[in-house]
Amino acid sequence: MLGEGILKGLAETARNFAGSYVSAERLTTVQYPEQRIAPIEATRDFPFLVYDGDDWEKGLRCVACQICEKECPPKCIYIVKSTDKKPDALGKMQIYPARFDIDISVCMSCQICVEVCPFEAIKMDTEFELATTDRFGGLLLDREELSKSNEHFHKIHPTEAAEVDARLAEEKVKADAKAKAAAEAAAAKAAGAAAKPATVATETPAKPAASGTEIAAKTTEGEKK
Amino acid sequence: MAVAENKTEKLEGWNRPPLIEPDGEGELLEVAMGPHHPSTHGVFRMDVALDGERVIRLKPVFGYLHRNHEKLAEGMTYLGSMPFTDRLDYMCPMTNNWAYAIAVEKLTGQEVPERAQYLRVIVGELTRIVNHASAVGFLIQEMGASGTPLMYAFKEREKVLDLFESLTGARMMVNYMRFGGCRVDATAAWLDATRKVVAGLPKFVGEFEALLTGNEILMARTQGVGILRPDLAVNAGVTGPMLRASGVNYDIRKVDRYGIYDRFNFRVPLGDHGDVYDRFMIRFLEIRESIKILEQALKDIPGGPVMDSKAKIRGFRPKPGEAYGRIEAPKGELGFYLISDGGPNPYRYRVRPPSLINLTILEDMCLGQNVADVVLIFGSVDIVLGEVDR
Repeated sequence: MLGEGILKGLAETARNFAGSYVSAERLTTVQYPEQRIAPIEATRDFPFLVYDGDDWEKGLRCVACQICEKECPPKCIYIVKSTDKKPDALGKMQIYPARFDIDISVCMSCQICVEVCPFEAIKMDTEFELATTDRFGGLLLDREELSKSNEHFHKIHPTEAAEVDARLAEEKVKADAKAKAAAEAAAAKAAGAAAKPATVATETPAKPAASGTEIAAKTTEGEKK
Repeated sequence: MAVAENKTEKLEGWNRPPLIEPDGEGELLEVAMGPHHPSTHGVFRMDVALDGERVIRLKPVFGYLHRNHEKLAEGMTYLGSMPFTDRLDYMCPMTNNWAYAIAVEKLTGQEVPERAQYLRVIVGELTRIVNHASAVGFLIQEMGASGTPLMYAFKEREKVLDLFESLTGARMMVNYMRFGGCRVDATAAWLDATRKVVAGLPKFVGEFEALLTGNEILMARTQGVGILRPDLAVNAGVTGPMLRASGVNYDIRKVDRYGIYDRFNFRVPLGDHGDVYDRFMIRFLEIRESIKILEQALKDIPGGPVMDSKAKIRGFRPKPGEAYGRIEAPKGELGFYLISDGGPNPYRYRVRPPSLINLTILEDMCLGQNVADVVLIFGSVDIVLGEVDR
């Protein structure tokens, strides 16, 4: 019969229309600003810098190694290394970023900076309502605006943050053991030859601690090649 | 002399679309369809010469969305190009990732673990389903049924995009695959959610087909329109559902058996007439085959790592040489051709986009048809301008 196919199709639309009043499965949209769907844990949009403790400036994990700046495909990261050093989370002296800017109007949320970072210092945020009236400066974030606490990281990506914390704790244990061993060796050495100054003891653990994780090992290998 | 004449005759037949003579009454009308035409999926222009309603000439104009993808990739590390491949065919980023990963893996001789292969098949086939459903939706939209069928397709697409987001962190710009595996592993919960979505797909396809397939208006508009002959399709390098709708049995999943496609039991649907209706139906049939593959892959997926432990994602320099990696993307053969000179970035990076090459024979399909059918034929090619212009 001519028109049978059309009627069949109309029956389908009618079923869906009526069904949207009774079945949540057929009503798929939400009224966005008032209603919101539950956030998905793995969601990512723009990067932020993680800091430990209360003071963002002291606790920044970033050591300004500039790997993310080099690897960023759209080149939206700008880093200036500091000329002096400050102690990091493990207590050893490190360079820190004197400037760390990300232009999030250029950033394309690819997560490559997170992947290549050997220090777990940069992670992806989930904040997406970032509209601003300032066309030029509003989306260029400096290191203060980028810094967010480890607690914030735990809040938005609990699984990933727990893994990262476990890895860092393991690293710290290793670094402490190494520092202790080095300190003992240095002490023994110092006892043997009293002419050497004590600063050696604090500087020796710097290298092995950095190559603790697998990522870091990979990075240094790549760098050498 | 006679031989030479024959040769030109043959060449004319091969290289030129058939010449449609105007009937001599009235003047020809030149119409620029696009670049802001609602049917054009993006920015694309067709310069059409019309004799009344009939198309006498059609010139496609590309390049409005050119973003310098290939040249950018030459100045960037191999890893750096991966997120840009998402933006080629933005309807199916997973398959773009896959093709590029295969090309680099061929260049470096990198192995891919078993579980990563299965995950690639799963996300790839989900992408194919989403793409085909949306392609059908857009095609019907161009026929004038604005909204409803497309939103049916998008309702299902949304479920798959949610899966992608919970796996990779992004709905569309996934940046998921790496040279030697996948970036993150799928959790058991994710696999269960995927099984649930896949279990709901046959019902969706049934509904979608009930809505459209038997529709008399659709059949009247599409059958016998925009016929593509198989010999012309092969000569023009057309691939994917378009080629198979013309009756040529060529599916790279079967021809190359890349990845682990030799383990799955599925069939390649073929069309008979090569018209718009065949191209429309072949997408439905391919969705059903993809569901079969998904069911098998989700049943068999083994445990293990998703990245080769020896794999390097950055800071590697492949030996000088070249590699061409290709896959059966939802739109056709998607290939990446890379030349390495031993440096950290490719010396040459070339994309073989299915959309562009399938679009080159648009004029041959449109000549002699009504101008209203041009939009329809264009829609049945299923292109994404991001991939056409790169």
